[in-house]
Amino acid sequence: MSSILSKIKKPFLLSILIISVLVAAGELKDGQFPDVDESVKIDNQECLKCHSKSKYTFENTMTEKVERHRMCSEHQVNPEEYYVSNHKSFRCTDCHSEEYLNFPHSGELRMEPKSTCMDCHGGDENYAKFNFEEIDREFGESVHSNSFSEDFSCWMCHDPHSYKINARTTENIKEIIAYDNSICLSCHANLDKYQLLTDNINPNVVTSHDWLPNQKVHFSSVRCIECHTEVTNDVLVAHKIRPKAQAVKKCVECHSQNSILMTTLYKFRAKEERSKLGFFNGAILGDTFVIGANRNYYLNVISIVFMMLAFGGIAIHVLLRIIIKK
Amino acid sequence: MSGRIYLYPLIIRLWHGCNALLILTLIFTGASLQYSNLEYPLMRFDLAVSIHNVAGILLTLTYIWFIISNIYTKNVVHYYLHIKGLFNRITTQLIYYTWGMFTGKTSPFPITAENKFNPLQRFTYVLAMYVFLPVLILSGWGLLFPGIVIHNIFGLGGIFWADLLHVVMAFLVSAFLIIHVYFCTIGATFYINFKSMIDGWHVSK
Repeated sequence: MSSILSKIKKPFLLSILIISVLVAAGELKDGQFPDVDESVKIDNQECLKCHSKSKYTFENTMTEKVERHRMCSEHQVNPEEYYVSNHKSFRCTDCHSEEYLNFPHSGELRMEPKSTCMDCHGGDENYAKFNFEEIDREFGESVHSNSFSEDFSCWMCHDPHSYKINARTTENIKEIIAYDNSICLSCHANLDKYQLLTDNINPNVVTSHDWLPNQKVHFSSVRCIECHTEVTNDVLVAHKIRPKAQAVKKCVECHSQNSILMTTLYKFRAKEERSKLGFFNGAILGDTFVIGANRNYYLNVISIVFMMLAFGGIAIHVLLRIIIKK
Repeated sequence: MSGRIYLYPLIIRLWHGCNALLILTLIFTGASLQYSNLEYPLMRFDLAVSIHNVAGILLTLTYIWFIISNIYTKNVVHYYLHIKGLFNRITTQLIYYTWGMFTGKTSPFPITAENKFNPLQRFTYVLAMYVFLPVLILSGWGLLFPGIVIHNIFGLGGIFWADLLHVVMAFLVSAFLIIHVYFCTIGATFYINFKSMIDGWHVSK
């Protein structure tokens, strides 16, 4: 009886497995992400059929059962995010061993050193203009690196499976701000993730920024890194996150004509237009305004001329009154 | 002919004093914010923001006070602008200020209880009190609570327009204040018009 059952069970379980694979494979709609090579998507689907889900199904050859297990969140990749990210054209096996194509994965693969960002981005002429070496050096001096050493890698903020460049490519400043701040908040507003690295009590960003007037407006109008990094001209986006005590707290550093926002948030918009016309015309026309930084050159000239005329007129009038009185 | 007329009731004088103090505070703190400079701060930025906000809110209250007290004391009749012949009346007054007063002519529109302001005063006061100040106050509230400002106007952010209006109106009010103070020195004596705003009595030559 049991042998009959096992004979029936095996093809039945296999068919379930095949169906589940087909269902998983069908999750990426035809024609979705057209700028990614189809062969890449097909190859990656072998991995993503399990790694894009919180639960995966496989046939246990030892027990001859189809089993359903939870996928560790760190090993999950969201295809929707991956195929719009910077690395969207990569096959999984470009960075991970081809041995992973075998299932179950060999335990020894865990010992394999993971690729680091600098393996590809460092010392390559194609990336020379981004100066990854300097970014790496700045990061090495940052409070994140100093406090957590090896535990804190580039990937903590720039998940290679989802990170996409915004500042250089996105027109909408608000989108850049929201995206970049979400990276910081993924730890600083999430106790579970924050305490993967430290036992410190997660500071509440709302209360720690109580001193900031119009806090909500600031949070949606500037990125955390504007005040929390040391800005240099060597890299496009500063990576030296400074200790809390060294964060920018002087309003005038942003709220002035030489606003640091010109070298950070508005750098890519402003650099070709930074002239006597100033911040207003060069960078943020219409989107928002920064008291003290938004100055309209023409309005300034008109106001100075008008004031000079007023004072000049008064001076002449006073003079005439004095002369006539004599 | 010289004479004394009780032109400025206490409630209007009190308003005028508060208004003057607040406007001066707002101009100083506002200029400090608009032309903020790391090396040469006119005033500490965060302090300037706080004082500017409080003074702006108080100015709103004094503006409401102005409107109500003006109606209550019937002072509002002096702000009625009769369009017919307005240009001629203003020109006549301007000619007096630029020529007539130096050649011994008498004022073409002498101050009386019925005619508290000359045509030029009436026109500029109406502009200042019923155009500049309301726009300044409304745009100021918009900047204080950016969430209430319309997000997009003609493709530009509402905040941008609020800021532009606020700065332009602030400049016009500042210019008005300078000219207003100077013209107050053209009275029976140099300081008599300032005294009028303390005791309420206008003294004419």
